[in-house]
Amino acid sequence: MSLDTVTNAQNNPDASQPWAELGLKEDEYARIKNILGRRPTSSELAMYSVMWSEHCSYKSSKVHLKQFGEKAPKSDALLVGIGENAGVVDIGQNYAVTFKIESHNHPSFVEPYQGAATGVGGIVRDILTMGARPIAVMDPLRFGLADAEDTRRVLPGIIAGVGGYGNCLGLPNIGGEVVFDETYAGNPLVNALCVGVMKHEDIKLAKAHGAGNLVVLFGAKTGGDGIGGVSVLASETFNAAKPTKRPSVQVGDPFAEKVLIECCLEIFHADLVVGIQDLGGAGLSCATSELASAGSGGMEIELEKVPLRDPSLSPEEILMSESQERMCAIVEPKHIKQFMAICKKWDVTATVIGEVTEGERLHISFNGELIVDVPPRTVAHDGPVYNRPIAKPAYVEERAKAVINIPMPTSAEDVKAAILKLIASPNIADKSWVTSQYDKYVQGNSVLAQPEDSGMIRIDEKTNLGVAISTDANARWSYLDPYEGAKLALAESMRNIATTGAKPLAVTNCLNFGSPEDPGVMWQFAETVRGLADACLELGLPVTGGNVSFYNQTGSVAILPTPVIGVLGVIQDVRKRTPMGINKSGSDLWLIGDVDSNMSGSEWAYLHGEIGNLSPKSDLAKEARLVDLLLEGQEIFEAAHDVSNGGLAATLVETVLKNKIGASVTLSDVAVALFSETPGRVLVAIDPNHTNEMVALAGKYQIAVNKIGTTGGDKLMINDTKLSITELSKAHTETFPKLFG
Amino acid sequence: MALIVVEVMLKPEILDPQGQAVASALPRLGFNFAKSVRQGKRFEIEVEGTPTAEQLAQVEDAAHKLLSNPVIETYVVKVEG
Repeated sequence: MSLDTVTNAQNNPDASQPWAELGLKEDEYARIKNILGRRPTSSELAMYSVMWSEHCSYKSSKVHLKQFGEKAPKSDALLVGIGENAGVVDIGQNYAVTFKIESHNHPSFVEPYQGAATGVGGIVRDILTMGARPIAVMDPLRFGLADAEDTRRVLPGIIAGVGGYGNCLGLPNIGGEVVFDETYAGNPLVNALCVGVMKHEDIKLAKAHGAGNLVVLFGAKTGGDGIGGVSVLASETFNAAKPTKRPSVQVGDPFAEKVLIECCLEIFHADLVVGIQDLGGAGLSCATSELASAGSGGMEIELEKVPLRDPSLSPEEILMSESQERMCAIVEPKHIKQFMAICKKWDVTATVIGEVTEGERLHISFNGELIVDVPPRTVAHDGPVYNRPIAKPAYVEERAKAVINIPMPTSAEDVKAAILKLIASPNIADKSWVTSQYDKYVQGNSVLAQPEDSGMIRIDEKTNLGVAISTDANARWSYLDPYEGAKLALAESMRNIATTGAKPLAVTNCLNFGSPEDPGVMWQFAETVRGLADACLELGLPVTGGNVSFYNQTGSVAILPTPVIGVLGVIQDVRKRTPMGINKSGSDLWLIGDVDSNMSGSEWAYLHGEIGNLSPKSDLAKEARLVDLLLEGQEIFEAAHDVSNGGLAATLVETVLKNKIGASVTLSDVAVALFSETPGRVLVAIDPNHTNEMVALAGKYQIAVNKIGTTGGDKLMINDTKLSITELSKAHTETFPKLFG
Repeated sequence: MALIVVEVMLKPEILDPQGQAVASALPRLGFNFAKSVRQGKRFEIEVEGTPTAEQLAQVEDAAHKLLSNPVIETYVVKVEG
């Protein structure tokens, strides 16, 4: 077999290379040659091509994302910020939590089960890499229309994959979203969030420093997973017969990951690593170049030492392989014996594959021949940066001027039919069919989980300190006005945290968009980032990290701009959290916040084939006051539930159905009151004795509150509309089993 | 009466955690013969009389659409008994 060595690259400078097939542009290839002062070897070309891809280099989004740093609010809570594997937040009592959300959209379309499963596995390793024990996951998911044929293929596989992997790991899945819209057909969104906890002194960073320190690869053996594109290179270099085409489908092994988690935590506990990095996208190329680049730069790797599952892999493929459940650690020689002993105890394969060196270059050899000689920073961080053209799409003004006409029910029968129709629609219907496939309570620390406003996990069994996490996006508002849409998503996520009684602390995001080469999509993206950065600054919540997923489109039709915003909050005593469901009769129901008649982007409009004209405008100062009101009033709230998707109608039905306790409310302008999705509203239940406190809170925070009814009975009464709990329950719960069996 | 058998295996390049688990359990029980193990599944479909070409084509179709996941698995259809 012929190896494309550095010497060979120097001697054959004009050999033609498949840079275009690897997704590189002509000027990018020229730049690689310029950096190296020669043509790259095939291994170097493989590394640059994958590290300079949109997915790894953020080349289209970087110029916008820097706003998260520039506009970052001052925060004492942030221990580790953007740039590491995940941000770390101080929650007090010497605990730190880390959380992050990532997309695994395209792989989940190709092979739903494994795509979703490895999405969970990847984000869990990111959290583990920070030194934290993963304690919970969440999965915001989006699909094409619920009754579309491909959704029937994709959805059950994705749900089973999320559940299969998370359940095997013993991680509770405490929330997320399931949303349907036709633009997600062919582009399902699988976003995976993980949260982990550690003590302050346990934080680990991805850095390789200290010449002489060893580079250890541990975990699963390396196979040909996820390297479809690089096969081009392999076939260039090799003439020998190869096995069947390399799989681009990665298969997850959650039991291997579980062992890897425990092994890593024991290694962390013994303080045996200088730096650590997980192997995700771009595999060893990414791990070695990032570790070296974050340290002093020098590293030598002997690639033939990498344990292989498939011995026929070429060096290029070993560098690119995305085999799951692998980690790379930097270990001082004096600790290596103990490190290896712990790996052996957990039956985890661990191999020293190289060491940190004095120089500033990353050298990779294969059987003694040098095949990579690069400055690691040029691979990991100094990739191309694009200022892509931006143009406001014409649809925005067209929509703004559009006259919308949505039928609004008036008679008691019409209101009843409308509510039953709304709560049975796939976006609002009960999601138990999905969440019952997930283990919500494993580990015994889950305080709240779907369908509650946010997931809540107890961190300390003695003090009852806990964290709450929520993810939200309203892609239809983002479509109408991406700047406002991002602000509103953050406001909603923050409100969800406060509704359960936790104080919002930090933000993560997963920005799902169409092609960045479309100036209209790029405008949506730029506006979204601007909105989110502005909102974070105004609300004093730092962005701790995030993920961008581009190219979610079929032909020229992009998905709705979908910024999924995650907020993490802290609660001092989880026993005092506020649940969403009405839990006793004879309480008063109060609606906090005003309603207006803008139906744009609402579920009710969507059910009538309308998206509307103008998105609601966010009022972040008011949202912040609402958070303060919710936290101060928490003691008197027996139940609280955010008013968002599906409006007050959905909120009322959900609060009633949770514990099957009815309610009776009186509303003026009933259709608008029920179906408008005006942001900044929360429904609360309080004891009538607390009326004065409620009114005082409203005065103090200058937010309108209205007593709309009382709890009790076996039905939901809205003015003269009667809905029995039985018929509500039937309408709400039948949809998913009917659609997906 | 005949038996149409469909055997489904993961494609050779796809990771097989179950097979690996079996391979690592064998030596623990004193079986030292295996270099590697891959695990698949077998469907036995009973039909009246000798299977017709049409039936076999239908089984083939079902194997592709239901019994296997062609993205990561291969299958063979054969007649036994």
